[in-house]
Amino acid sequence: MVQTEAYLMLSMVLFVLGTLGVLLRRNAILVFMSVELMLNATNLALAAFSRQWGSENGHMFVFFVVTVAAAEVAVGLALIVAIFRSKRSIDIDELHQLEG
Amino acid sequence: MESYPQLVPLIILIPAIGAFINLFLGARLTERAVAIIGTGAAILSFVVALLLYSYLSGGGAPVVVDPPFFDGWLRVANIDISWQMRVDTLSVTMMLLVTGVGSLIHIYSAGYMHGDERFHRFFAYLNMFFAFMLTLVAGNNFLMLFVGWEGVGLCSFLLIGFWFDKAKGVGWRNSLAARKAFIVNRVGDFGLMTAIFLTFWTFGTLDYYRPGEIANPEYGAHSEGAADEAHAEGAAVVDEAHAEGAAVVDEAHAEGAAEEGHSEGAAVVDEAHAEEGAVAEGEDGHGGVAEPVYTNNDHIATSDLGVFGQAERMLEAQHEVDFGPFTLPIETVLVLITFFMLIGAAGKSAQIPLFVWLPDAMAGPTPVSALIHAATMVTAGVYMMVRSNVFFYEADLTSLIVTLVGVTTALVGGFVALGQWDIKRVLAYSTVSQLGFMVAAVGIGAYSAAMFHLVTHAFFKALLFLGSGSVIHGMEHGHHEIAHGHGHADHHDEHHDAPDHAEADSDDAFDPQDMRNMGGLRHKMPITYWTYLIGTLALAGIFPLAGFWSKDEILADSWLAGLFENDLGGYIALGGLLIAAGFTAFYMWRQVTMVFHGKARHDAADHAHESPPAMTIPLIVLAILSIFGGFINVPSNVLGLDGIFGAHRFTDWLEQTVVHAHAADFQLLIALAALGLAIAAIFLASRIYGNNKAVVNQRDPLQENYATAPIFNLSNARLYWDQIYGALIEQPFNRMSKFLADTLDWRFWHDYVHETVIAKGFNAIGQLLSKPFDLGIIDGTVNGIGVLVRRLSGGARRIQTGYVRTYAITLLLGVVVVIIVLLLPLINSGR
Repeated sequence: MVQTEAYLMLSMVLFVLGTLGVLLRRNAILVFMSVELMLNATNLALAAFSRQWGSENGHMFVFFVVTVAAAEVAVGLALIVAIFRSKRSIDIDELHQLEG
Repeated sequence: MESYPQLVPLIILIPAIGAFINLFLGARLTERAVAIIGTGAAILSFVVALLLYSYLSGGGAPVVVDPPFFDGWLRVANIDISWQMRVDTLSVTMMLLVTGVGSLIHIYSAGYMHGDERFHRFFAYLNMFFAFMLTLVAGNNFLMLFVGWEGVGLCSFLLIGFWFDKAKGVGWRNSLAARKAFIVNRVGDFGLMTAIFLTFWTFGTLDYYRPGEIANPEYGAHSEGAADEAHAEGAAVVDEAHAEGAAVVDEAHAEGAAEEGHSEGAAVVDEAHAEEGAVAEGEDGHGGVAEPVYTNNDHIATSDLGVFGQAERMLEAQHEVDFGPFTLPIETVLVLITFFMLIGAAGKSAQIPLFVWLPDAMAGPTPVSALIHAATMVTAGVYMMVRSNVFFYEADLTSLIVTLVGVTTALVGGFVALGQWDIKRVLAYSTVSQLGFMVAAVGIGAYSAAMFHLVTHAFFKALLFLGSGSVIHGMEHGHHEIAHGHGHADHHDEHHDAPDHAEADSDDAFDPQDMRNMGGLRHKMPITYWTYLIGTLALAGIFPLAGFWSKDEILADSWLAGLFENDLGGYIALGGLLIAAGFTAFYMWRQVTMVFHGKARHDAADHAHESPPAMTIPLIVLAILSIFGGFINVPSNVLGLDGIFGAHRFTDWLEQTVVHAHAADFQLLIALAALGLAIAAIFLASRIYGNNKAVVNQRDPLQENYATAPIFNLSNARLYWDQIYGALIEQPFNRMSKFLADTLDWRFWHDYVHETVIAKGFNAIGQLLSKPFDLGIIDGTVNGIGVLVRRLSGGARRIQTGYVRTYAITLLLGVVVVIIVLLLPLINSGR
């Protein structure tokens, strides 16, 4: 049986990859995908803890996260489409109108 | 009869009520009702005066009356001046004169002012004048005299300027004349007020005499002698006098004590006295206890005496009056008081140097000239001086000045009257001259002669003024008639406004008062002519009319004063007044010749006709008085007239009050000189001015002659008196006013003080406050806070880059920090 630590290590790597993706990528879709990656890294960690402790709470969280992520995809992609329509680009560095 | 004096408040109250009714309701009443109210009030006062006269002539003692509601009129600190009235021979003489002549003038005014739009106001003013003039003469202290004095001055002002709205600038001239009278009188009032202040400071009271005080203790002794003489001759004067008067009673009592032979008379008199004492004192009731009889004031403490009694005591005691830093002997103080009184009298009685207002005062309606500016008000100064005869008698220096002023005034007035063409102006200067006679008489100590001349002068000068008013009235109507065609019936209505608008109606410069336009009026206006002639002869001093006796008494008195008292003023008065009397006869006959004799020199005079009865009846009454008025005081040694009229009746009558009144005996030489001078002057005047000599736009007959032309011109120009005043007083005054207004007020006060000091100082302070303080400190604080906030926020703003990545990193860092904080306890505890 694979050790829980390994799952956690994988989860952490994925999370860091996702974080770096969010921070470094300029393409909105890729940033979005990186966010998904971070969510799923978290899901992995939750599932691993759930197996470790024999508790169903972790699974419950995972389902919620998957559901929320699905909704998020719907909203997020719609936003990206709307941004593309106005900007003809999905480069997030061009979206800095809120600059103070 | 004993209670008659208690009526004296009515003499003021009745005209005052009349004035109020006419002032407030007169506009709604008919002319007839207004005239009845005004004249009725005047006549009622005359009746009161007659009752007072009957009381005094019946032997009544002088009484001080306290009217109800006026108790403690002026009571401040140690000043206690009551509204008291004094009924004595002097005040009653003035009351009779004012109300008697005044009533006649009221009647005359009803005719003269007929149709005037302010008819009711005229009568209200006349009644108001009555009230004030009677306050002046009836008061028992100098303050009431002053109230009346100012009041009559006000009425004089109102009545001189009565026609202030006449067209063609005439109204403006009238207003100027009124103002001149008022302002010149203020100068005199300053003198009177100073005299009153000095009197109060010296004596601590202003009362003439206190109740119960005997004005003239010697009066009893004097009439005792008279009574004895009368007894010897078989005419019982004491019996006749009802033995009621305190003075007579006192004397009779003393007589009884001294001579047992009259014991019966003394008993009767004592009884009478018990009655009299109860009435006169009023407070004792009818206890039946007779007051002790005093023949003098020795039983009264000095401080309880009136001013005159105190003055005599102080003179005996060589009193020194304390003026704070210095003291003055009482003689000096009396000289000062009388000198300032003279200034007051010079204002009101039109003496040099303040007489200039009186000729201009003729701008008023003619009845006003007659009543106020000839017969009554202008004599107030003489009345005051006679009232204060105790002071003047002791003040030799002032008496000499008074004589000089009077004589100079008599000469100047008489001289200027020689060269005037205006009928009223001649009379005005004549009044000035005659007032000079009275004042000169006061100066030489002939107080009763001054009062005598005052009375007779009131008769004939009122007559002359009213006569001139009748002439002017006739001339105006005559002129009106020519201007609007002939015929009487259709003109009756237009006559009404003739006196007021005659000048506005006419186009040419016709002057109804210019004597050169007149002539021949004796046939047109016979009543006016004959009465005027009587007045003229009386004024000129022709035997035996009133003026002869009074003028002669003054001349005789001055002769005696010079001869027996070695008084320089007496000789000056005699010489000056004789010349002035010559002037009088000349200018009056010149006037009569120009106005009434010869032929008409203007169509208006041709069409003049006699005035209505309301105007001629007073003329007739006054003419009778002018004929017989002099007999009230005939000297004892002339033509046996004293057998008919009694010798020196008027002087005896006054002596009860006027301590230093004395009668002068007839001086044949003086009388003949005066009479001869008057007749010569009349003859000269008729020679010069007969045959219509003086015509408008031609030279006066006197100007034809090289010798007399400069004199006439000088007189015609009124001695350049107004011009001299203009140069000496008016112009410097105007220049000073200009200096004060322009330099001091405008340049210094407005330009410098206001503009420079106040405005600029204010600006400087304002600048200081606004720039450094308001802008610097207050705005700096507020703006500084704003700037600070903006700078801080400018720094904080940079955090918001707008890049999603930045937020994400921040978020991440925040998470890391939170995790570290959460994990720190674990790390610490793990150790």
